[in-house]
Amino acid sequence: MNLALRLASIVLLLLVWFAGSHIIGTRLLPGPQTVWLAIVQEARSGALAFNLSVTLVRVAAAFTIAMLLGTAIGLAMGRVRLFDQLADPWLIVLLNLPALVIIVLAYVWVGLTETAAIAAVALNKLPIATVTVREGARALDPALDEMAMVFRMGGWTRLRHVVLPQLAPYLAAAARSGLSLVWKIALIVELLGRPNGVGFEIGMAFQLFDVTHILAYALVFVAVMLAIETLLVQPIERHVSRWRVRPA
Amino acid sequence: MSHAGVSGPLEVNIEHKSYRAASGGRLHVLGEVSFALMNGEVAALVGPSGCGKTTLLRIVTGLDRDFEGSVRLPAHGRLGVVFQEPRLLPWRTVEENVRFVAPQVNDAALSALFVTLGLAEHRRHYPGELSLGLARRVALARAFAVKPDLLVLDEPFVSLDAALAARMRTELVELVSRQPVTTLLVTHSIEEAIGIADRVVLLSASPARLLADVRIQYPRSFRTEEEIVAIRNEIAVKIRDADRPAASC
Repeated sequence: MNLALRLASIVLLLLVWFAGSHIIGTRLLPGPQTVWLAIVQEARSGALAFNLSVTLVRVAAAFTIAMLLGTAIGLAMGRVRLFDQLADPWLIVLLNLPALVIIVLAYVWVGLTETAAIAAVALNKLPIATVTVREGARALDPALDEMAMVFRMGGWTRLRHVVLPQLAPYLAAAARSGLSLVWKIALIVELLGRPNGVGFEIGMAFQLFDVTHILAYALVFVAVMLAIETLLVQPIERHVSRWRVRPA
Repeated sequence: MSHAGVSGPLEVNIEHKSYRAASGGRLHVLGEVSFALMNGEVAALVGPSGCGKTTLLRIVTGLDRDFEGSVRLPAHGRLGVVFQEPRLLPWRTVEENVRFVAPQVNDAALSALFVTLGLAEHRRHYPGELSLGLARRVALARAFAVKPDLLVLDEPFVSLDAALAARMRTELVELVSRQPVTTLLVTHSIEEAIGIADRVVLLSASPARLLADVRIQYPRSFRTEEEIVAIRNEIAVKIRDADRPAASC
């Protein structure tokens, strides 16, 4: 039933798209079949796979860096009052700095390099991950902390088995919102200063007014992110919450 | 009684303990409480609800260091603690919960412990799938698995029905006779104290101070009804002599 509804919704979207391209003209909105052919053509030439993988590597690198740093800083801020007070203004500055400013400054200061691109994406994601994890760190159960203390649990055991499981819902939320944010910003970073990747391709297509090309890359990339969400993020979440007693 | 191990006595000398109250003043919770436990001795701390027993335990276990006085733990100072609530890690199985705090425990000892406490078939269960009684047993297993120099129990049988509490008391007595360990048990029930301990340390109402320290001569397993009544009477006299309104004890 659920699946049928989903399929019906997708079919409806395709129909609207099809009708729309007829109404406003195929130059501004090419129909689904034209875009599909463009995808097939790009896939055959190998350009699709190349650009997609280049972008995915950037997304993965930036995502990993931002999540690791964000978790560490968020945990420290949630646990140590002094550090929270010191770092909070920085966090607010970073949170409110427009993505574009961070990207441009990264390119100006570091140069048009891979490092600058990945750093700029990671820096855009970092404050949101930090804020989310900080909330989690503040909600840590002091009773379990005391238990770990009186039983003299080692630092690693404590982090791995006492702290991280409590942070799991917050980490999941940070990862979820982070993944969609990171790939959107990654495309802008590529558009502004990289010679390849999905963002670069879309930038080229923009200059040529090639809407078919833009839609082809956008749709494939959305499909890939959707696959990552269902095949990677959701199973991990299910594994992490396996201990919860589910209502029958 | 013979006691294995040479971990030395527990010495508690608390002079004063107060909290900073939210309203600004100081809340006096513990007066002078001093006692020492010999190696392998099982003592019950008895006092009315809210008299500062849990605070006393927090001081003994090192969770609260803001007090006047001193506490000397038995040598090595390995603690096994059973909190009022089980305090298990809900995302780990029963067996993992025990192994994380006692990585050195050997499989045979762990199995024996689980059998004694009726946990053998629950090893792979998560705490959320257990009743409170079972979760308390896991907490007890965890405290014993670390082979502690000092075992501390904070009202471990509270809010269990009478039959279950009695059964768990028997299990606890069985465990401490098999693996003798200096034990400090907090309870508000005189019966529970007499049923388990070699010594009953009586505390007054808040701010708690030491009222009496009663040694029980007979080994736990030989206590008859009359002897228990006699011990109760002795304790009642001590309370009266202490010249303090502590009727609820």
